Amino acid sequence: MIESYLPILILLAISVVNAVVILGLTYLVSPYRPTSVKSAPYESGMPGLGGTRDRFSVKFYVVAILFIVFDVETVFLVPWAVAMRDLGWEGFAAAMIFIFILTVGLIYEWKKGALEWD
Amino acid sequence: MMLQAETVHQVGELSATGFVVASTIKILAAFSLVMVTVAMLTLLERKISAWMQDRLGPNRVGPGGLLQPAADGLKNILKEETNPAESHRIFFNLAPMLSIIPALVTFAVIPFAAPLPTQWGLVEMVIADVPVGVLFLLAFSSLGVYGIVIAGWSSSNKYALLGGLRAGAQMISYEIALGLSLLSVFFLVGNVRLTEVVTMQQELGLWFALPLAASFILFWISVFAETNRLPFDLPEAESELVTGYHTEYSSMKFSMFFIAEYAHVLTASALMATLFLGGWDIPGWAGDNIRVIGDGTVVGGEPAWWITLLTFLAFLLKTAFFILVFMVVRWTVPRFRYDQVMDLGWKIMLPVALAVVVITAGTILTLDELGVEYGLVYGLILTVVNLAMLAAFLLILDRGRVLAGTGSLTEKRREAQEKARLRRREEAMTTSTGSTAD
Repeated sequence: MIESYLPILILLAISVVNAVVILGLTYLVSPYRPTSVKSAPYESGMPGLGGTRDRFSVKFYVVAILFIVFDVETVFLVPWAVAMRDLGWEGFAAAMIFIFILTVGLIYEWKKGALEWD
Repeated sequence: MMLQAETVHQVGELSATGFVVASTIKILAAFSLVMVTVAMLTLLERKISAWMQDRLGPNRVGPGGLLQPAADGLKNILKEETNPAESHRIFFNLAPMLSIIPALVTFAVIPFAAPLPTQWGLVEMVIADVPVGVLFLLAFSSLGVYGIVIAGWSSSNKYALLGGLRAGAQMISYEIALGLSLLSVFFLVGNVRLTEVVTMQQELGLWFALPLAASFILFWISVFAETNRLPFDLPEAESELVTGYHTEYSSMKFSMFFIAEYAHVLTASALMATLFLGGWDIPGWAGDNIRVIGDGTVVGGEPAWWITLLTFLAFLLKTAFFILVFMVVRWTVPRFRYDQVMDLGWKIMLPVALAVVVITAGTILTLDELGVEYGLVYGLILTVVNLAMLAAFLLILDRGRVLAGTGSLTEKRREAQEKARLRRREEAMTTSTGSTAD
């Protein structure tokens, strides 16, 4: 079975080479004449104000944390889904308990306001 | 295995060298085909937008503008590249590569035609029929988010940073609904291999788009969000963020993000065609029900070169259908607001996807309990259940507002709060004026 991954490796190698060649080609062919104005960050033509290594909304972190929880849930459910018809009602019950606990978590996050954006 | 009186055909297995040669040919052919298709897709998009806006579109380079993508590529290579002074040079160059590489690898696991018999043995028409199938595709396509987030962060530009952050949050939010809606497919297939997905749809006699209609719709919406296409193009949002995460990119690096986006659209369309529209299956014809059981042996129909060709055409047609929908939708609907996107993802798609998983699993188990054979009747019962589910969800979620904006619940709450605040202020004013009058 392991040899079935070989074509993916070859394809990956081709894609990497392709990306490097594209970057290398532009590096060789295109002109490079930077000026201080040209290499300033674009802010709709105005002089830039402040830096970008600044703080941003904590909401993005909350979404990332929530994502981990529910993505792991999905990953855990895949083995059950594949064997669902063989496992029958017992497996179904087990999966339902798992889903129920996570749904409680989702409701908690919702009521806490972690899903609100403004 | 539910088919009665299966005919077994022995074609012969490929030798090790034959496997490597066949794989290399398939890889090179598919890779060039994808690159050319992606180039043509950029032209097709412009042509469709022109057609929908009653314009001509690009028509100067080559016959009917067909060589426009080549001219664009050449121009982009020759243009000067700008490197923002404050950018993080290594990551700034790495980001477009991280974006384009996963986009060009993911199509490897999608079967695109019935197996081809050759004098050296049976050649399966998929680049890599790996056991992890769909999971590989999900894992690799979500790597693309790194490219976008790193691009946004390393550019040292506020628009780019915002675009990158938005893209990251949006793509991971919809990945959950995407994964959950796939579970229903795994229920019926009992495997994550994409060749098995095609086989099981042929055995059911119905494409999964009908018996798993609810999951299909959820998956379709999530794919739009994952590929950052309108109405989910918040990461680019040219009217508010210039062009979002690739604001600072120019020349060929910009093109690489563009190629990656269209490669994602292509792969997503092919994936949807495989998962829900039967892949390379030709409807209403049993001759293409060819199933490889290893060692160059197939059961069902007899493989032939013309069957491979016809099934490949069927696959192309289905993929083209999804691509066209992608493009028509882009030029039809306006963009969501960001809180609406997140509301839709977390408050609607996620609970609905969970409910669909539970109900579909329950229905399938009940059907198995009742002894219904896996076949057309089985599929039709599931179709009825799924359509009922879809209708119910639409009614519950809509509550008589006829598909109002997804943020309207929040909107209403906000309006109510605003009104209450105004009333309180008025009351305070009247009491204070009352007191001065005293």
